[in-house]
Amino acid sequence: MAFIGFLILFPLLAAVALFCVRNNEARNVIVVASAAVIAVASVIFVVSNLGAGFTPFEFSSEALDFVCTGISTAIVAIILAFSWKYKNVLAAVLACVQLVAVLALEFAFPLEIEVPYGLYFDSLSLLMTFIIGVVGSGICVYAIGYMEDFQTHQPEGEADRRPLFFGLMFLFLSAMFVIVFSNNMEWLFTGWEITTLCSFLLIGFTRTPEAITNAFRQIVMNLAGGIGFVVALYCCAFMVGTFSFYDFLVIGCQNPAIAAAAVTALAFAGITKAAQMPFHTWLLGAMVAPTPTSALLHSSTMVKAGVFLLVKLAPIFMVCPVPSLMVIMVGAITFLLCSFMAISQSNAKRVLAYSTIANLGLVTACAGVGSPEAVWAACFLILFHALAKSLLFLCVGTAEHHIGSRDIEDMDLLFERMPRLARFMMVGIMGMFIAPFGMLIAKWGALVSFAQADQVALILILGFGSAATFMFWAKWLGKLAGIAGQPENVELTVHKSEWASLLLMVVLLICGCVALPLISAVSVEPYIVSVFGVLGQDISTDNLWLAAICAAVVFIALFAGAGRSNSKQKKVPVYLAGVSRNDDTRAFQNALSGSSEAVTRNWYLEAVFGEKRIAPIGTVFNSVLMAAAFIMVLLGVGVM
Amino acid sequence: MTLIQILIATVVFAVLAPVIGCFLAGLDRIISARMQGRVGPPLLQPYYDVRKLFEKEDAAVNTSERVYVVCALIFAVLSGGIFFGGGNLLLDVFTITLSSLFFIMAAYCTRSPYAEMGAARETIQVMSYEPMVLFMAVGFFLATGSFDVSAIAAAPGGPAIGKIILIFLGVLFILTIKLRKSPFDLSMSHHAHQEIVRGMTTEMSGPTLGLVEIMHWCETVLFLGWTGLFFLWGNPASWILALVVVALVFFAEIYIDNNFARVKWQFMLKSSWLVALLGGGINMAFLMLV
Repeated sequence: MAFIGFLILFPLLAAVALFCVRNNEARNVIVVASAAVIAVASVIFVVSNLGAGFTPFEFSSEALDFVCTGISTAIVAIILAFSWKYKNVLAAVLACVQLVAVLALEFAFPLEIEVPYGLYFDSLSLLMTFIIGVVGSGICVYAIGYMEDFQTHQPEGEADRRPLFFGLMFLFLSAMFVIVFSNNMEWLFTGWEITTLCSFLLIGFTRTPEAITNAFRQIVMNLAGGIGFVVALYCCAFMVGTFSFYDFLVIGCQNPAIAAAAVTALAFAGITKAAQMPFHTWLLGAMVAPTPTSALLHSSTMVKAGVFLLVKLAPIFMVCPVPSLMVIMVGAITFLLCSFMAISQSNAKRVLAYSTIANLGLVTACAGVGSPEAVWAACFLILFHALAKSLLFLCVGTAEHHIGSRDIEDMDLLFERMPRLARFMMVGIMGMFIAPFGMLIAKWGALVSFAQADQVALILILGFGSAATFMFWAKWLGKLAGIAGQPENVELTVHKSEWASLLLMVVLLICGCVALPLISAVSVEPYIVSVFGVLGQDISTDNLWLAAICAAVVFIALFAGAGRSNSKQKKVPVYLAGVSRNDDTRAFQNALSGSSEAVTRNWYLEAVFGEKRIAPIGTVFNSVLMAAAFIMVLLGVGVM
Repeated sequence: MTLIQILIATVVFAVLAPVIGCFLAGLDRIISARMQGRVGPPLLQPYYDVRKLFEKEDAAVNTSERVYVVCALIFAVLSGGIFFGGGNLLLDVFTITLSSLFFIMAAYCTRSPYAEMGAARETIQVMSYEPMVLFMAVGFFLATGSFDVSAIAAAPGGPAIGKIILIFLGVLFILTIKLRKSPFDLSMSHHAHQEIVRGMTTEMSGPTLGLVEIMHWCETVLFLGWTGLFFLWGNPASWILALVVVALVFFAEIYIDNNFARVKWQFMLKSSWLVALLGGGINMAFLMLV
């Protein structure tokens, strides 16, 4: 338990220190040292408890309950202050509603609910610990170099607000640890709200009008989700009679009828935080923030809190049809439509955002199915998505600072302009969608579980969604692969801290793919067994070995094969239906003996997969679906 | 199914599939010629062509192109090994997709406008046929209870076709895309009507182009194997039935190739997704619910 306390409190201390320190050198030292300490502590904690089942700790404190209420009040006060400053009524109203509800729950009702076991961990928490502690702190280290470039791009005389930035990053990590270790649902809720506030402040960090608008969109949606969480707390208090998450899950599985309302409300909270349609717009808007923020939100924190909660609820979904159907359909529709919309985007960060939302949709759908195989797939999707996506965001961030654009069309020739970075990006992209990487193995698990659960709609959605996924990743990959003459190498000025964390992510991703059977055996399977008592049908080791062989071929081809010079081969100019004049610009002699340049763009199929066409479908469909689920639960229809 | 078995099958496939595929390609050209009222080339013409390609000067736009083509070939061969070694059908499907991806990268990396156009069209082709291929694997699983080709081929009580005939028809539809036959040969074509149809292979020449031809032979054998699998069951006589069906399918593809004009990508995408949705969806729903 000392470790849990350390993991929660140490990032908090680091955050406080970073808020106060104004000196650049000192801050860099603190960031690197704290990140290293958090990463090492997480790894030690995970390794020393590998395969652990549910391990509760007797820990409760009246004082801590009051502290949590105090924090909730402080959060609302901060939101109100910003709402006042930027005249946003909706955010203020939602914040007030939430505050009243929280205070009423704490003081107005004579509740005597004690949670003796306030903290816990199990294999899923350990998996999350690894993601938060290692990937999350890796991103913090990356931010040092990125924010230095960011600051030099700022107009003269702009205040240096990096202390706030780094403080928030570490506070975020601390809050995430609270979420994954708290058995007391009130504490869990406090962590939940801190992450909401942190991402609000980080998204609005640049204080441009666009950033402010998007930050408020985020806070409105997540406050709505927070209110859903409070409703769930009320349901727990009055219908289930416990605030212990573990007891809640046990009671919910035995008696789904009394837990149905609470589960539906919690699922709603999870769906908002995991940015599922119709709430996906807040995550899309979040990309106005500096790239490390996006990386943190997308890969290791925030949205992962949402899916973590949903995966935790999976055993109840299995026996509780209404919330289960709601979660399955919302997730599946989000996966399908966001994969479609990603095709029509040329902004790299927007493609990444849509792919994040789509993958979270798949995790959500798996959690909703709730069978052992589906949860197995969900855990792997969470892990590999965190690794691949953080790598991709960091690559795009670095590329943006060195080629001056985040548009995929401008990433032409990146393979030679930034040779190492382009290869990292290619590994990240392949990690997201193609065999033999972990992500695909996870999709495979999802497919098997859908087939066994007789979910024909889900199989259809997975089939079409995956096909769309191939299209948008393949064309990006193609753009990166282009090679011409000898363009200038522009990656020599990349900051060391950026290389360090990029390298960390690549190594983690590659190790994750190679060690996949091992991870399954020591980390994911114990969780499945501890929750369900049985292990579903898994993928045989022979297949995983074959996947590992494929992975080796891919890595060798990318890092040792492509781009090497070959003296035996004669180099010829590209065929341009005319005499070539310049290979780099694809210029050729035209019919009037002048120079013409050939220009090609990727296909975005706007008419078929455009946002305007697709987004309303998902928004309307999912909104109606969730409304219907809430009405059914309130009326007690369809609840066993 | 063991790892060793698949690796051995991969080696055998690497040797046999090009030979069989080469004969099939020769047969294809003779039958096509007869349909067009010509005599046609000798049966071994594809072999002569490829041998000549390997004797040509080694010239390329860049060095990476060949690396990607070699990767594509390796994964195509491995995919064949997984299938004919009795391995997992899903893994087989994923590996052949990996092969397509590397081929697409080979085309993109040249930065030739024609090759890029072909590569873009190829991504649309993959997107068009991918759902149906996935539903084929799921269909076999629902019909026989296993993703393993060895178990599917030895299933007791009749061939899988009895339960997944709609999926079979859907696979036949997208097979035309996978075999690069007209009307769906958008990204590259064996009929040289116009410049753009050489698409992906515009910049490939000499040995590289030879490797592409060999890859195409291997793929043809693999995809025809998929159609044959629908007709296999525990009875050894079923192998004859499967071979007859494969021969008919092969002939039908040549017939289609020679009688339909190339379509636009919109039609290809919409029609193949509709086929996947109806054929795959109805058939799977039927198996699950009835």
